[in-house]
Amino acid sequence: MWILAGVTLREGLRRRILPALAGLSLVAVLLTAWGYAQLPHLAAGNRQPVTPLQMQLVASQLLILVMFMFSFVLALAAVFAAAPSVAGELESGEALAVLARPIRRRSILIGKWLALAAVVVVYAAVATACEFVAISATTGYVPPRPIEAAGYLAAVGLVTLTLTMALSTRMPPVTAGIIAMLLFGLAWLAGVVGGIGLAFDDPVTAQLGVVARYVLPTDGLWRGAIFSLEPLTVIVGGAAAGPQIAAFPFYVPAPPSLVYLGWCVVWVVAVLAAAIVSFDRRDL
Amino acid sequence: MVDAAAVELRGVTKLYGRTTALDGLDLEVRRGEVFGLLGANGAGKTTAVKILLGLTRLSSGSGSLLGAPLGDAAARAGVGYLPELFRYQGWLTGREVLQLHLGLAGLARETWREETARALATADLERRADSRVGSYSKGMQQRLGLAVALLGRPALVVLDEPSTALDPLGRHELRGTIRGLREQGTTVLLNSHQLTEIEQVCDRVAIIDRGRVLAIGALAELLRSGGVRLRVTGLSEAGREALGRHGPVEADGAWLVVRDAVEADVPELVAVAVADGARVYGVELLRPSLEDRFRQLLGEP
Repeated sequence: MWILAGVTLREGLRRRILPALAGLSLVAVLLTAWGYAQLPHLAAGNRQPVTPLQMQLVASQLLILVMFMFSFVLALAAVFAAAPSVAGELESGEALAVLARPIRRRSILIGKWLALAAVVVVYAAVATACEFVAISATTGYVPPRPIEAAGYLAAVGLVTLTLTMALSTRMPPVTAGIIAMLLFGLAWLAGVVGGIGLAFDDPVTAQLGVVARYVLPTDGLWRGAIFSLEPLTVIVGGAAAGPQIAAFPFYVPAPPSLVYLGWCVVWVVAVLAAAIVSFDRRDL
Repeated sequence: MVDAAAVELRGVTKLYGRTTALDGLDLEVRRGEVFGLLGANGAGKTTAVKILLGLTRLSSGSGSLLGAPLGDAAARAGVGYLPELFRYQGWLTGREVLQLHLGLAGLARETWREETARALATADLERRADSRVGSYSKGMQQRLGLAVALLGRPALVVLDEPSTALDPLGRHELRGTIRGLREQGTTVLLNSHQLTEIEQVCDRVAIIDRGRVLAIGALAELLRSGGVRLRVTGLSEAGREALGRHGPVEADGAWLVVRDAVEADVPELVAVAVADGARVYGVELLRPSLEDRFRQLLGEP
């Protein structure tokens, strides 16, 4: 298992996947830092200087948007790394000589999952830390629950990774990747539609968002990340704005429940177990 | 169970949807022999090998690998395998691929250096050991695959079409390697549609078609004599009848062919003709080539 985890990490480095991801993310951090640095110089209406409250509001919303971009990049990277990890090696024949060794298939799958999961977690932690340092250094705004936010972001990546890996045990890499990405997008969209349902008091539409969050927990976890990035003023202000605020996709009134987080853990374990069974039963 | 056959398949059937890949395959490979699986493309050779190695599950039947039931991962520690579709991680160097397999095979780290050096020498890849496999030619990759299969001196080496990418010199070396393995007491299961390869190195052969064994046995048995041809003059009718006791006699131009006669019958046939007062100018044992036998078994003209 550890041998395969090591090889998977080495593959990421040798094929320049990890250096490319790190390099481009650094560029993104620098660009956003430059953007944050412009905020204090903006003038509000009537050429008044920006008040601390306005600054907090704008900075927090901007950070949520930037983190949304990172959650998308992380999901995309997880899909691109996981889709060929099983299927690609089966297609090319690389897997044959490896699988004929005295190891169990689950060790291979879990080894690869562990390596990619480590990359996802490290990426989420580093990207979040860089963004938080950048925004606090340039605007003075400190996000309320930074560690929670990084955790949610990593969890979105882990769910996407697990889903793609499970698909990859039965489908060609491109198909597995497209389906995983499509489901990720649909889950987010279902969350937005559910929010609109809440705003307009349509229980069926509202329920759609809830069900989607259980079927594929990426959106539910992303909403957790949003909440952990919202300062108290935004939460209070949002609550005062009435039910229509639910239609706004970057506002979340409450964190995910512990039961929901438990479900997310069960989901990852169950899908990984399904991937193991599927891979075990696959004829090569 | 050291005495158990290296490989045993009993009534193994494999269905892919409606397609029957193996149709009650029976096979036994004894320890220490070089066994050839011969068959046309699609005959079921690779499926049989994949079932042995746990890469594919059988639909029905049973079998064993080095004394352990099929699917037992631990038994595969004694097996080296060169797949037909050989591809190794192109982003690793040849040395790293060998080390990866040493680790996967569970070999003690103290042995790695020696094993790697030996494998690189076998594959004649010492000078390219630290180049990425992606830069290797196909022949080099196949040689690397053979070296990977031989790591840790396995008890059974399974070679699935091992010479497809090799040049004539490489094929010659491969035959030498297989003979060397036999001398060491290693069992070799060679999958091939190359008749000459099988003919030159195998002790026993199974001819497979549509997932069934058509014939199995020692090469000498499979290629048993097709009769003895004699060029004689002055043979009487009684003499011809005497020859006929060894098998039906047919005229073939200036020659007589005694069908069913085997090598051991040759001195007797000559003695009968001479005793009859005939003069013998030539004797020839009719030995079909593996190709003839193969075509005959497949029912081709």
